Parts: sequence; structure tokens; C-alpha cells
Amino acid sequence: MSGRYALFLGCVAPLRYPGIELATREVFKSLNVELVDLQGAGCCPAPGVIRSFDQNTWLALGARNLALAEKQGVDLMTICNGCFGSLFEANHVLQHHPEKLKEVNEILGKVGMHYSGNVKVRHFAEVLYNDIGMEKIKSKVTKPLSYNIAVHYGCHFIKPTRLKHLDDAERPRILDELVEATGAKSLNYRDKLMCCGAGGGVRSRASSTALKMTEEKLKNVKKVGAQMILDVCPFCHLQYDRSQKDLPGYDIPVIHLSQLYGMAFGLPREKLGLEAHETKVNI
Amino acid sequence: MLCYQCGTCTASCPSGRLTAFRTRQIIRKAQLGLKDQILPTEELWLCTTCYACVERCPREVEITDILFILRNMAAQEGFMSEQHKKIGENMLKIGATIPFGDEAKKLRVKMGLPENPPTTVGDHKAMADFRKIMEVTGFEKIMKGGKK
Repeated sequence: MSGRYALFLGCVAPLRYPGIELATREVFKSLNVELVDLQGAGCCPAPGVIRSFDQNTWLALGARNLALAEKQGVDLMTICNGCFGSLFEANHVLQHHPEKLKEVNEILGKVGMHYSGNVKVRHFAEVLYNDIGMEKIKSKVTKPLSYNIAVHYGCHFIKPTRLKHLDDAERPRILDELVEATGAKSLNYRDKLMCCGAGGGVRSRASSTALKMTEEKLKNVKKVGAQMILDVCPFCHLQYDRSQKDLPGYDIPVIHLSQLYGMAFGLPREKLGLEAHETKVNI
Repeated sequence: MLCYQCGTCTASCPSGRLTAFRTRQIIRKAQLGLKDQILPTEELWLCTTCYACVERCPREVEITDILFILRNMAAQEGFMSEQHKKIGENMLKIGATIPFGDEAKKLRVKMGLPENPPTTVGDHKAMADFRKIMEVTGFEKIMKGGKK
């Protein structure tokens, strides 16, 4: 399976930041890479909440999404760290534990579905980096950018590294290189690899704790004079974007990598959906 | 019994930096089988599942996976917060963790996207399948605070 990818949308991108969905579709079109829709896909399901509530439900619903991609004969590509984390780990369980795969298929059988374990779960940022490559990306940059950017990796993109093998947990480079391919500068800042605070159901159950973690990150981002925060996860994106209205003194634009590439590839501004952002994008 | 209580997990924890959540303590209590001191606590739900501890654990303890198991046990015992029950309700209703209202639909249309994304949100057959799976796994019962 290669060359085409099933676009897994998840929840937060299509329902809160449709600009991320739109920019992803447009950017991959510019790169001549085909994305097919995964008709009828559901929540990944969310690693922090649904997996915390019931792992059997989490695994079965994840398998359903994987089965939809398998039926189309394509690998699945996420635009969200949470979806990536959930589906990657669910897939790992199903591919390494035949008894779990059997159990799950008994459940899927009740809705006429089956999963054989043949799908790869990909994250769009590593697809850009590993499959499409820096050379092709750089050739599409028609409007080089000169921003100073604070990159936020998020947690479920490269970790746990012993399953994913995408980059180093303590000193990753993928996103910095992807950002710098546009001409922008990726800044170093304190606690760059720290969590945004939203994951694990903390945003919903203990929002003030989540907000404190976000404030800590924002303080460090502001200190180095970043003009924007760059993420690869709509949930981190939401946490940074929406938290700033509760935190006086912060108005740092929050941009998903697909939107940044949209800017650098010279796509019209309306194809980036920046109006959905609560922290205004005045850059 | 891999854990030898070095505390690297607690030292790496961004949540523990701000709260009373102590990863090492939960792991120790789990080793000792002190269920009643873990399952009803709010601290159990302060982990953001960031995997910082897992990356640094010198004994390669799957700390986050242990936390998931403990939370599943807590949910089975009925220790679910109202906020988390709402997320479960959204799942049962539209197959997503968050609600989807008219404003969000308008936003999509304004951007030139279809009103509904090609997900369970606007697909009745897919949503029926999605719900059926949750029925088989007993998800709704857990959301209501009871055992499967």
C-alpha cells in the first residue's frame, strides 16, 4: 500500500477547526498526493478519554476504523496526534496479539466487518518527511516564510518511541526541519517537548490543571519572541488557541502544519480556514 | 515487579510539577494491591498520557498502560466524572467526543466544505454500526456508572 492515503479526520479538526481539514486537502493536492475519504469513520477513539474508560471499546472502535481503510486497500493517515496515538497503538495490539484480533473480529462481525491487520497507521507530518521528502516540499514553496516559530511536537506524535521509531524522544528534529523547509526559523525554548496540558482527559475533568500547564508553555514561547505556535495536532491546537482568551497578555497565533504549508505553497488565505481560530491570526 | 521506585517518572511528570499527582506513588500502591487508595482518587485522572515517564523509565515499565488499566478499573467501579460522562454521551450520539452544532456546520459550509464531514456524524448506517459495537462491549453501561 503506497502513494495514496486514507485521510482520517478525527473529531476536533472537522468539527472545530475545519481549516485544518481544508488546508490538508489542498496541500496534498499541491503535492500531487491522492487522499481518499474514509466514509463512515468514527472517533479514533480518543486515547486519553475513551481508552481510559474502557480499553475493549477503544480497541474495537479503533479496529473498525482500521477495517474501513483496509477495505479500500490504503494506509491510513491522521492529521492529529491523538488519532495517531490511538490508531497506531490499537493497530500494534491487533498485529501482535492474535487472540485480541480474534476477539475484536468477533465484535466487528456483528456489523459485517473484519480486520486482518494489513493497514499501516501514518501521521501526516511523517508522511511529508519520510514519503514525500524535503526536496519535493522545498520545490513547492513559492512564498518563503520568515517567521520565528515555536514548534510544539505534542505527546503522541513520536512517543512512545519504542513502538513508533520515528525520531528521538528527547531531541527530535522532524518538525523543526519541516518548518525550516518553508524558510521560517524554529526557535529553541524552555520545555519545548512538554505536553500542552489537554491530554488524558485532563482538559475535560481538571481544566484548571490543563490551563496551568498551557500557561507554562505559553510563557516560555512568549519569552523567546515566537510569532506563532506550530502544532501537528488539532487537540493541542484547540488547547493553545482557546486557552489564551482566559490568560491575559497572550495572543500568539496557533497554526497547524497543514496551514503553514498552505501559506508557504502560496495557497489563497481562504483555503486555510484561519477564521475558526479564537486567537486571531494577524500574520 | 519491574519498578524499583527510583522516581524518574515523578521527576519527569509535567502534571506532577503542578499537582499532587505522584506517578511513583501510584505505581507502588498498584504493586501492593492498594486498590481502594487508588481508584477513588482525583489524582488518578491528572495524567495527560504524555509518555515522558515511559520514555525515561530505566526499567521500561509501561507506566501509561498501567494507568489506563487502573482508570478502566475506576470506571468499572463507577468513579466517572460528570464531564467524562458527557464525552461518552457524545460518542453514543454522533460517534465523536465533542458535540457538533449548527455554528460548526455553518463554519464548514462557509469554508467550502460539505456541511457534514464524511464520518459517523452524517452517516446513519455508520453510526448504527458504531453504536452497535459500543453496545456489544458494554460501553453505555460503564458510562452510566455500572459494571458491564
